[in-house]
Order: sequence, then structure tokens, then C-alpha cells
Amino acid sequence: MLSVLIAVPLVGAFAVYFLPRELSKVLAIGFSLVTLVIAIVVAFRYKVDGGMQLTETHDWMKQFGVHYALGVDGLGLLMVLLAAVLVPIVLIAEWPALDDPTGGGPKVYAAWALALEAFSLAVFCATDVFLFYVVFEATLIPAYFLVGSFGRPGRGRAALKFLLFQLAGGLILLAAVVGLYVASARAGTPTYLISDLAKIHIDTVTERWLFVGFFTAFAIKAPLFPVHTWLADTTEKATPGTSVLLVCVLDKIGTFGMLRFCLGLFPDASRWATPVVVALALISIVYGALLAIGQDDMLRLIGLTSLSHFGLITLGIFAFSSQGGSGAILYMINHGIGTALLFLTAGYLHRRRGTLSIRELSGQERLTPVLAGLFLVGGLATLGLPGLSTFVSEFLVLLSGFQYHWFVGAIAITAVVLAAIYVLWLYQRTFTGPASPVLEADPVASRDLGVREIAAVVPLVVGLLLFGFVPQPLLNVANPMISDLMSHVGVRDPGPTVAGATGSTNDGGGN
Amino acid sequence: MQFTQPHLEYAQLAPMLIVFGGACLGILVEALLPRGSRRVPQVVLTLLVLVVALVDTIVVGVHLDKHTDTAGQSARGLVGALGSVVVDGPTVYIWGLLLVFAIGGAALFAERRLEGGVSGFAGQAAALPGTSEEAEASRLGLEHTEVYPLLLFAVGGMLLFPASGDLLTMFVALEVLSLPLYLLCGLARRRRLLSQEAAMKYFLLGAFSSGFFLYGAALVYGYAGSMTFTGINTAVRNGAANHGLLLAGIGLLSVGLLFKVGAVPFQAWTPDVYQGAPTAVTAFMSAGTKVAAFGALLRLFYVGLDGERWSWQPMLWIVAILSMILGAVVAIAQTDVKRMLAYSSVSHTGFLLTGVLGAQSVTELAHGQYNSLVGVLVYLTAYGFSMIGAFALVTLVRDEGGEATSFTKWAGLGKRSPLVAGAFAFFLLSMAGIPLTAGFVGKWAVFTSAMSAGAWPVVVVAIASSIVAVFFYIRYVRLMFFSDAKPGEDGTVTMPSVLTSTTVVVCLAATLLLGVVPGPILNLVVGAGDFIR
Repeated sequence: MLSVLIAVPLVGAFAVYFLPRELSKVLAIGFSLVTLVIAIVVAFRYKVDGGMQLTETHDWMKQFGVHYALGVDGLGLLMVLLAAVLVPIVLIAEWPALDDPTGGGPKVYAAWALALEAFSLAVFCATDVFLFYVVFEATLIPAYFLVGSFGRPGRGRAALKFLLFQLAGGLILLAAVVGLYVASARAGTPTYLISDLAKIHIDTVTERWLFVGFFTAFAIKAPLFPVHTWLADTTEKATPGTSVLLVCVLDKIGTFGMLRFCLGLFPDASRWATPVVVALALISIVYGALLAIGQDDMLRLIGLTSLSHFGLITLGIFAFSSQGGSGAILYMINHGIGTALLFLTAGYLHRRRGTLSIRELSGQERLTPVLAGLFLVGGLATLGLPGLSTFVSEFLVLLSGFQYHWFVGAIAITAVVLAAIYVLWLYQRTFTGPASPVLEADPVASRDLGVREIAAVVPLVVGLLLFGFVPQPLLNVANPMISDLMSHVGVRDPGPTVAGATGSTNDGGGN
Repeated sequence: MQFTQPHLEYAQLAPMLIVFGGACLGILVEALLPRGSRRVPQVVLTLLVLVVALVDTIVVGVHLDKHTDTAGQSARGLVGALGSVVVDGPTVYIWGLLLVFAIGGAALFAERRLEGGVSGFAGQAAALPGTSEEAEASRLGLEHTEVYPLLLFAVGGMLLFPASGDLLTMFVALEVLSLPLYLLCGLARRRRLLSQEAAMKYFLLGAFSSGFFLYGAALVYGYAGSMTFTGINTAVRNGAANHGLLLAGIGLLSVGLLFKVGAVPFQAWTPDVYQGAPTAVTAFMSAGTKVAAFGALLRLFYVGLDGERWSWQPMLWIVAILSMILGAVVAIAQTDVKRMLAYSSVSHTGFLLTGVLGAQSVTELAHGQYNSLVGVLVYLTAYGFSMIGAFALVTLVRDEGGEATSFTKWAGLGKRSPLVAGAFAFFLLSMAGIPLTAGFVGKWAVFTSAMSAGAWPVVVVAIASSIVAVFFYIRYVRLMFFSDAKPGEDGTVTMPSVLTSTTVVVCLAATLLLGVVPGPILNLVVGAGDFIR
């Protein structure tokens, strides 16, 4: 089942590449929709309390203890669905942009996008560390070509920077993966299966080193301060569609990995590292938001808001409470949906005005009210307006922050204020205000969204509203996984246990 | 005086005998056939000999018997030719690998379409560059068909090198493989001065390093009283007197072997020779020499000097670290693709040494874990295929001056010929160790065995230098795909004949298969077992 899920977009990538150019777009969307259908079937076959499910395990390199092993738990399932939903949306929204001949046209873009989808799905389904590592690295190749071939001038440089950062993280991860294997061999059973690795005992020093290796790689991926510098450059130069794939799908691997590997395999070391990680997360939250406020390019700005959001997700993960964990998982979904909406609508705007420099834009609201409205929904989702799904997750994460320590919560909550500033100020500067008569006469700039453009982003808006009012389905899927993880990490009930572990004077009831 | 009649295991030694016999036949062809009609028989003979040798190697490999050595450890194979040749599992695997690479090399040697109907070798090597004789030779379309027997002799030496059972045989093999290569390096048709300089440099430095090796062999003999590796091993384990003699001997032997594999600080010849030699020779040499020399290195250290592990392991740590760092860092500054590949080969040597110093003995390994021998052999396989493939592609990109090896000529190649650029990018990605390529499996295998031996500092350096290496590989990919050529600076791709294209396709397929489904090759390597001690 999961193999089929991964194989369909991969086959699609080859089909799109080798079949005639005229068919490319239709084929690509067809394949991505089939993938979505399979993902939905997977979701229906998934049992909420069943742990790791739909598993497939085959020997891959028997001599080295490597398996081709797939499976989904609650976290994996949600990530799979997110990726499967976003890819067709991106392809539909980027329909005209795909025709840009400079990078090789729709054929190349769609083929790489499908390849990226296939590898990302494999990442979320892999239950063998080696397989995970292989597909983790393999995602970089389509991503590199997507960034490097399509987008704005200077993209080649941005793509190189992106790739070097990611590969550096990947190689550090390689060292840690090799170390993990050796540690398992010392324990008597050389293996890469996560289920086996979670059982073995690793001595404290080794465990901490391995944790550092894994965490560094995921921090670069996510990204977290201070290894975030590739993010803004990449989102600025790449097409908005590519940015959606990178930030909303690919970067989730970072936080996904923290949950699955850092907490799942190195629970003691994770607790040991918590103060540092929380500090980095807080810096990312505030610093990312401040940077975002100062940006002039909209895509760069949206990219940097993600730095702030990934800081919050990381905070939720490392707060070690069930609220924090569930909130983080929810946040990963909601951030994916909300940021995708922002990126895509910004892309629409770029197609109309030819620029995304904030100081050159003004008054777009009068020209294209529907576009403005959709952008505003995305913006409000980003700042966590109650009623939109991001509110729920942000609330849960902030709550866990306060449970961890009031000080941490207090710093994290500034994100809400700062988010209001960057979103509303951005909206005010670009969409409100008078529109120049020249623009009103311009047929391109004043054309509001077409049916296709609206259809592409409507599912995102629906998702934001639906999960804003009824987050229960997502929580139902996420909670069992988180409670399993928390019991594995050794945290039973959020307040008192964490207080004991960190030695702080936290009072759970005071918040 | 007693005289025992030597008994030779002809059946097991046959692959080597076939190659050497083929080389002698090639010389007869040179002597008996008129100049114009030698090429076709030579090419056919060479390829035929190599293929037959390969088939015979497989036959030998299938029929290897169990052999139990004095220490009671069992491996497959036999000690033949009165102890001077050891045909065991690793030997047979290396033989197979070498012969495959040699077939690829021979195919590249025979390529004629790229130079407009002549081979890439000098028309008349004796004619001075720039003289009327040279012009005359190229007007007549002369070519040296001696390169084919030379290739066969080199291959023969390479086969013997990792199979040698004592230091003297190893030395002889070293010379047999080196001398034809020195000659081949100087035979380029274009840029002949560069080529001759390369040959001269390679010869002088190579001769020195052979001297070191011989001196080391003498010292070790002085210590152990035996030339055979088993004899040395026994002496080392029993702890003979004059330990200083042994240490000096190990050092000198290492100089000789590390020179051949191009490890720092003996790497100075690599870029010049790789650049100056005809690219077909570079392709063959970069893969073949490294495989053979690492085979010999492994045998020397694992069989002969296993008991002295604590003496040579720290040395290899340092050499490996230096090779990886220097190779990766200096490669960044290169502007010539052949030189870049040469420096990358230096850093690959470092990675291979990382495997050599890995965990090898049973006591260091958990049940089901493979030893470092497997890691090194897998890495060699991956490395050889991507190097031959990459150099074969270098021969295709040309301008009016011959091969266009300068970076500027490759700019924008991805737009002009996506297939060639894509294949080259794939080989580079394999060298960089990106997953789903052969290079990744190799890198990961050697890292694991080094880590198991507790050599984590070396692995950390390896990771760091991999990051540096990724930079220059990816920069080249970017150059090919995302840059535009300056007008008049663009090298074009010449359509090769089936010889070169088959080589490239086979290398591509091997690199991809070993990356995605390494199972069969791993089975083969693990099944080859250990050295006979």
C-alpha cells in the first residue's frame, strides 16, 4: 500500500518526462491526484490507536542490516496527507508559470515536483533509519533543480547555498546514522530498523553525540537559528510553488525527524539537550519575526515568518508535554496550509504586477479584491487568528511553553504580537491605499483571480476554517502517537514531571 | 643438494597467464603485420584476451576450494606457485574488477571517431613535438598500435600485484604494471609536451618510490627472515629481535604503496599525470592502478603485518586525514576538469584508507557485521566505475584544440547536450556520495567500518571533507546546467563510436545499480571471504 503510494508519483515523474510536452501538465496533475486518492485510502485504512501500521518490511542490503521498511503512525499519516494535498494544489496554482521556458518548461518542473513528492512521502513512511537517510538526501536533488532552474534571477546561487546547507546537514546525519549502527552492533544486534533501535541501550555519552548529529541535521532542515540563512534566499529566488514544496512539505522533515528520531531514539539525550534547544527555538521565534518585519520582498518575508513558526514547532516538541507534542504536530499541518496559501497568493500577485517589492506595491485591494481577500486569510492564519486552524496549534504550543517555564512562555508569546505586526503591516502597505490610474487601466494588473486560481487555493481556505473549528480529527490522529512518544521519553503528565526533570520551580496550576 | 620440481597451479593462475600470453601475442602482431593493418587485429586480440580472462576468473572464483590456514581460520582459495601467488576470494574479486575496468579502458583506447579517424595516441611518439616529422606522421594518419600490448602488460601486472604472496613478487608486479603506464602516459596525440612531461614526472617519482619499496622489503626480510607474508606474520607475532628494523621496513614499504595509490604526501604526481596523459589512459589508470594497489596494500597490512596493527594504524589515520583534506580543498581551486578529477581521486584515496584502517578482526565486530575488507572493495568498485565513466565523458567534450578540459568550455553544456551533462553530473554526484548512487554505498561502507574500529576522528574529518568536496562537485553541476557559455568558448560534444558510448553506459548502469540495489554485489564481496593468511 505505502509502496504504491510512493511509486505512483515516481512513475509519474518518469512518465511526464518522457511523454510529449503537451501532456505534461495534465499528466502531472493526474498522477498527483491519484497519489492523493491513495493517501486518502491509506487514511481510511488507518486505525487511530494502532501504533505503526500498514507496515512492509523487506531486506534491502541484508549484509548491512538494511531494510526496505515502511509504515505510518499518526504523525507520518498527517505528513503524508499534507504532502499529497499540497502537490496537486501547487501544480494547479502554478499552471501558467510552468510554461516559463527558461528552466525547461512544464515537463521538467512537473517531473521534478513529482519526484520530490515521491521522495518526501518515502521519508514520512520510512521506518528504517538507513532508508530514511537515503530518501532524506534524495529529496535534495529534485529540490536543487527546482530552485536552480525556475524562479527569479540569482536562483543558481540560491540553489547552491540551499544544497550546500542541506548536504552539510545530511553528511552530519550520515555520521550519526553510522554511529547509531555501530552502537547497535556493540549492543549485539546490528540493525537499522527503528523499532529495534528504540529498544537498545546506548551509553550516555554516545547517545548525546548521536543526538547532536541528528538534531543538527534536522535543525538545518527545519530550519532553526543559527542555521537558517539559506531559507530566505531560497524562498526569494525560487518560484512560489517551489517554496511551498520546500517550506510546507520538505522542511517538515526537520521537525518530523526531531519527533521520530531525536525523541524516539534518544529520549535521555533529548531531555539533556532541552535547555539549549528551547533557547534556540526562542531565538528563532523572535529573531525570525523581527527579520520578517524588516523585509522588502514579500517572498523573503513569508520565508522568514516560517523561521519563527518552526521555532514554535520545535518549542512544542521539546516542551515534553502532550499538549506541546500534539500542538507541534497540528502546527506542522496548519503552518503547511497557511503558508502555502500565502506563498501561492503572493505568486498570483507577482504574475500581475511583475514585482514583489513591498515599497513598489500599493492599492492592490481595489484592483483585485478576491486575491486580496485570500491573501488576507492566509495572513490571518499566519498570525493565529481564533477561528482559523493555526490558532488551536499556536495556543497548545504556547500553553506547553508556559508549562515548561513561565519565562519561556512569555518570550514565545511575543511571536503573536510580532506576527500581527508583520502580517498586518504587510497587508496595509501592499493591498490597501490608493491604486494608481495607470494600474487600473492595465489589464494584467487589474485582472482578478480566475476560476483555476481560486479553485487551487480554496481547499487551503476550507482546511484552515474547518480545522479551526473542528480540530478534533487531527488531534485524534496525533494524540495516540504523542502519548506513546511521551511515555517512551518518560514523561507521564506534563506539569510535575517536567518540573522535576528540569529542576525548575514551575507551578503547573499557575498558568 | 635437493632440488624440488616446482609445481604450478595452472588452472588457478590461468587468468594472469592468459593476459600475459595475450600481451606477448600482441608483440608478435606488432612484429609480423604491416603497419597499416595492425589495428583491427590488435583491438580484437586485446578485447578477446580480456574477456576470456574475465570468464576464466569467474570460473576460478566459482571453483575456489576451502583452505584452512595454520591459525585455523578458513578462507577460500589456495596458495600457489610455491607461495608466491595467493588466489583467494578477495584476489578473484579484484581480478574481476580489474578486468572489467581494463575492458572499458581498451574500448576507450580503440576509440577513433573523436579525433576524426585516428586514435587519441601520438602518431609517432619518437617525433619531436612541433617538427616536420610529427606533421608528416599525422598527415599519414599513423598511430601506435603498441598501446594494446602495453595495456595488456599493465593489466597483467595489476592482476599479479594484489595476488602476490611475498614481497619480491609484489615488487615485480609493481614494476610490471608501472613501466607500461609510464610509457602510455607520454603518448598523447595533442598537447604532447604536457604529456611527455607527465610521463617523465611519473617515471622519476615512480622509480624513486619503487626504490623505497625495495629497500623496505629488504629491511623487513632482515627482521623476519622471510619474504612471504605468512612468514612475516609469524615473525611479527612471535616478536623477533630488531623491532626498529621492522618499523623502518613498514614505513618504506608504505611509501612505495601510498605513492601508487596517490595518498598525501605522495600525491604530487597525480594532477600532472592525470592531466597530461591521454584521457583514455587516465581513465584506465585512475581506476585500475588504484584497485590493484589497494589490493596489494590490503594484503600487505592485513596478512603480512596484521600483528603490527598498532604500528601502522596511526600512520594511516594521519595519511587518510591529510589526503581527504588536501584533495578536497585543493580541488576547489582547479579550473581544469581533469585536474579536478585528479584531486578528487586524491581525496577518494583518503576515504579508501579510512576503510583500510577500519575494523577487520572478528573480535571487533558483532555477528552479522561486515569487515573493513568488504568496505574497501565496495568503495573501489563504486570509485572505479564513476572514474572511468567520468573520464570517458571528458573525451567527448571538444573544441578545435582537442579535448576541452577547461571549466569555461563546459559552461552551459546541460543546454547543448543534456545527456552528456546529465551523465557527467551523475558521476559527480556518485563521487560526492549522494544516496542512490554507488558512491554513497561505498562511502557509507567505509565510514561504518572505520567507526566500528573507534576511528571516529577520521570519520569526522571524512564528513567535513565530504562537505567541502560536495561544494566543488555541485559547483560543476551548476556550471553545466545553470551557467551560460561565453561566445566562442563553448566546447561541443562529438558523437563517439559504440566503443566509448558502451563504456559510458555500462559505467552509468553500474553506478546506478550499485546505488539502488547493491545486494548482488555485496553478496559477491561478502561471499569472497577473507584473505588467506
